[in-house]
Amino acid sequence: MTVANTGALTGDVAVPDELANNVFIGNIAKLLDPLYNWSRRNSVWPMAFGLACCAIEMICTASSRYDLARFGMEVFRATPRQADLMIISGTVTKKMVPTIVRLYNQMPEPRYVMSMGACASGGGPFKEGYNVVDGIDKFLPVDVYVPGCPPTPQALINGLIALQEKIDHQSIATAPWYNKKDPTAGIYPVPVLGPDLVDLRQLDLIRQEAAKRPVEDPVAAAEAQPTQPPDVEAAPKTVEPQ
Amino acid sequence: MYGTGIIKGLGVTLRHFIQTYVDDLRWAGKGGRYYNDEAFAVRQSTQGEGVMTVFYPEEKLPVPERFRFVPFLVTDDPPPGQRWGHDWCTSCGICAKVCPPQCIWIERGKLPNGRPKPEPVNFYIDIDICMNCGYCAEFCPFDAIKMDHDYELAGYDRTTAHIHDKARLSKPLSYWQEIAPKRAEAEEIGRQLAEAAKTKKKSEDDGPRAWPTRLPVNCPIAARSTKTPRVQRRRKGAKTPGRALLCVFAPLRLGVKFLWSTMTF
Amino acid sequence: MSDAILEPPATTEPEHDPTLTPAQEAIARLKALYPDVISDETREGYEGVVVYADSLPEVAKSLRDDLGFNYLSSVTGVDIIDEGKLEAVYHLYSINRGGGPVVLHVQVNREEPLIPSLVPVFRGAEFQEREAFDMFGIRFLGHPDLRRILTWDGFNGHPLRKDWREPFYEEEHKPFGSRWPEGEVFRAEEKTPYGKNVQYPAGWLPTGDEYDAETDVYLGLSYSRDATPGLKTDKVTVNMGPQHPSTHGVFRMVVTLDGETVIDLKPVMGYLHRNHEQIGERNTFIMNMPFTDRLDYLSGASNNLGYALTIEKLFGLSVPERAEWLRILTVELVRISNHLWALGFLLNDLGAFQTPMLYNYIERELLVDFFEALTGSRMMHNYMRFGGVAYDLPDDVRGIPTLKFLEDMIYTRLPRVLDQGDDLMTNNEIVRARAIGAGYLSAADAINLSTAGPLLRASGVPYDIRRAEPYSYYDHLDFDVAVRYNGDIYDRYLIRMDEMRQSLRILEQLLPHLRRTQGAPIIGDKPQYALRAPRGGEAYGRVENPKGELGYYVTARRRDGNPQRYHVRAPSFINLTALGPMCRGYKVADSVAILGSIDIVLGEVDR
Repeated sequence: MTVANTGALTGDVAVPDELANNVFIGNIAKLLDPLYNWSRRNSVWPMAFGLACCAIEMICTASSRYDLARFGMEVFRATPRQADLMIISGTVTKKMVPTIVRLYNQMPEPRYVMSMGACASGGGPFKEGYNVVDGIDKFLPVDVYVPGCPPTPQALINGLIALQEKIDHQSIATAPWYNKKDPTAGIYPVPVLGPDLVDLRQLDLIRQEAAKRPVEDPVAAAEAQPTQPPDVEAAPKTVEPQ
Repeated sequence: MYGTGIIKGLGVTLRHFIQTYVDDLRWAGKGGRYYNDEAFAVRQSTQGEGVMTVFYPEEKLPVPERFRFVPFLVTDDPPPGQRWGHDWCTSCGICAKVCPPQCIWIERGKLPNGRPKPEPVNFYIDIDICMNCGYCAEFCPFDAIKMDHDYELAGYDRTTAHIHDKARLSKPLSYWQEIAPKRAEAEEIGRQLAEAAKTKKKSEDDGPRAWPTRLPVNCPIAARSTKTPRVQRRRKGAKTPGRALLCVFAPLRLGVKFLWSTMTF
Repeated sequence: MSDAILEPPATTEPEHDPTLTPAQEAIARLKALYPDVISDETREGYEGVVVYADSLPEVAKSLRDDLGFNYLSSVTGVDIIDEGKLEAVYHLYSINRGGGPVVLHVQVNREEPLIPSLVPVFRGAEFQEREAFDMFGIRFLGHPDLRRILTWDGFNGHPLRKDWREPFYEEEHKPFGSRWPEGEVFRAEEKTPYGKNVQYPAGWLPTGDEYDAETDVYLGLSYSRDATPGLKTDKVTVNMGPQHPSTHGVFRMVVTLDGETVIDLKPVMGYLHRNHEQIGERNTFIMNMPFTDRLDYLSGASNNLGYALTIEKLFGLSVPERAEWLRILTVELVRISNHLWALGFLLNDLGAFQTPMLYNYIERELLVDFFEALTGSRMMHNYMRFGGVAYDLPDDVRGIPTLKFLEDMIYTRLPRVLDQGDDLMTNNEIVRARAIGAGYLSAADAINLSTAGPLLRASGVPYDIRRAEPYSYYDHLDFDVAVRYNGDIYDRYLIRMDEMRQSLRILEQLLPHLRRTQGAPIIGDKPQYALRAPRGGEAYGRVENPKGELGYYVTARRRDGNPQRYHVRAPSFINLTALGPMCRGYKVADSVAILGSIDIVLGEVDR
């Protein structure tokens, strides 16, 4: 949306005198925000995306007893393209996190991420494990954290209400998705799996650390010579079968 | 006949559909089926028929006494005018040792002379690691750590809010008595019995020796025993291990001191 | 189905020695057959025999064909770093005769760990050998597709080797010294240079080759153009998962299709690999109990029981009577709650979208209420302790006295929901059309593929550990082993209904015992937080979980506070070995239902 940049949304626009009676001067955002937020908060469609134990509680929340339909949230969509909310319901592993980031990138804006349970927030009891990501917020922006292991359905609904409150306080004038200067903003680099998980935003840091620690094995050193460092935008070499 | 199975199945859904309305009629004269505590209790139990939905923010499903969510620390009820009561925790470290994901950090207090002081200076629980297993509460010998019932912890930030420090964790005894009245009462009785047994044993054991009076003057435990009145508070129980340790270590220390003095001489 | 498997082999039958257990007898005969390659296990507390690596397939074949030990339950690796050896441990059972296992230990040099693969003899070893390769680097010669299974291709090192350290490594064993008495709180990521749970080999630089990690998955698929006349269509390889509504979690099926027909199917897992075993070896014995809840998170108490039995075996503990009844009570209720869930999802996969699931949830929620009142948590029960259980029955559940609540459930509500399920689904024409004849698994295959639980019994093999090697008080209880003979999806649906009915039968018998033993002790000794193994050695405990045979293999050294090796034989994981063979030749839509009929839980598949 380009209007945001002209100031029309916030109302501070200088209007020539001769047009003063022909235009509406006011804060459009203030007028539209309640409508926008009301419709958004009552139709947050989560993605049908269960990771671990918390997913069971998430399904319980959606089913007979807790009935997410009361919040307009019962429409669990299997595809990210139709979803507004990604509930990270369980342990995020290194093997899974590339998929999660890719799914997030596929979600249309406005989109929200809820980190459900201890594992998604900070690794949980499995934090010390070698295959566990210590918090999805290392890769994605999280809107609401719901602690617990697992959070009970009521705790999850509590988190969803917190999300609704957050939506209530958003404004189309300031929401990041309506005044994007950079079209790639909001697209997060998908981490890749090397000898360990590689966050592409940390490539420089990885090189620095590698320089600090010498290679013990000359054979491995020969193999570890950089050929062509991967680019953030570079497409994967292999074409995945669809 | 082909199709009877499907018709029969549809009959089941129809029965479910009607059941709720039948139940509505049953409760019509008694304040209605929804937003009614009595009807709610029945609806959520084995006696319930039809839709059992909990209208969460308005109606909350009560949690049982044993329910375990993130732990908290029990303190005495704060005296009037003060914010915090006395900690029950003696920083013995059993909870930190038994915690499966190791989410408890305890900084034990120190006396001016460097000896450990049986109360925590700091107590942290990282609720991003805690698995709500309840071992800390189960193995705590002083009933000082309990599992909370407050599950409504959702927030927008974890870096500041998800490591609970001592101030955040401490809750007065009255809170525990409120959320788990039966267990709190049973524990209170257990403590009183233990206390009674201990006093009895002590009076049998002590006799003319009465060794606590001969403890070093700077010993805080002995000092407190003379100062604090003998009330039915469970802090008393915490003294005995300290005394037993002193009993062993005081002579040892004297011995070492003696050896040291002879060697330097 | 093949009847030959069910009949005891004629050669062994007349020679049984009544004084020996089947396993002892088999070992004695094995020693006579192979005196040169088999030696006695001399280590303290170990059972079974040590087999010379090169002769392993021969010995296994003999056990399978001549001695009736035709079921390879568990394969795992052990790192004996002190002796510079890696060990593979095999547990074989006799389907026909029941009883304990024949344990084979194979030891190889740690530097060059080569063991002949058992896949040609027991196809059920396929995934387990891959896992042992992934975790320990044991190379199984002759394995058809020896790739990493839980981590990814290109992962650095073999994480369960004792000299491998994770990025957040603090100490070899818990409790960590940094927690008390000088506990200054920190987040583990603050201590790594990357601020994340990652580490890279010394001097490693990103090269861009990391993107190729996936190609091996597709190379593993076997398909070729057929020469039969007719329309030639292209083969298409489709990824289902890891995010797919039909895969019950983060599970991936790589399917090769000819039109809509499945030609080959490879399960890809590890998307929920939470390092259960590695964390378990850092943990003390008691710390593992709440972690077991998170294996098969739909049946927490049942997982607890398996672990408690194993440790009780290792420690030589006994359990008071009331605790045993309480254990059976929780485990059978968990079985019902799990099957209600599984059937809801199976029917969901078959197209009965949500309705049966929602009806089943109503009763499951009430069961969950009971668990919440009993143990304090809806799913993560953490209920068993070594030598007993943690809590006695609560006074009331949802305002109703506990025993009355149980009676309501057992006599009224649960039978009603089963009958309702019959009305709703069992005779539904669409369900029958979809489920009958799809996903066939013969009895011989079911055994050879090491499947367990309902999957095995739906193929006509009446093998239930509660009867074959009774634990707890199951030998005092009257129930039938549910068995169905057609080995298709429909029978797997029916057998779960049957099992729930049998569980109700058990529960009915429990209630008088629970009344009678009210107030009796529920645990032998007061539980200790710092338990130490009174003896060294190994223990393998297994229970009939709702998903199948859940086994725990634990080894410990004397006076140690933590297990040396802690392995979980996860039924969902091994049952998936049968997924490819079951799906081949059926339509892609069937493969979804076939997966649903196995009833997997990813927490257990990937651990």
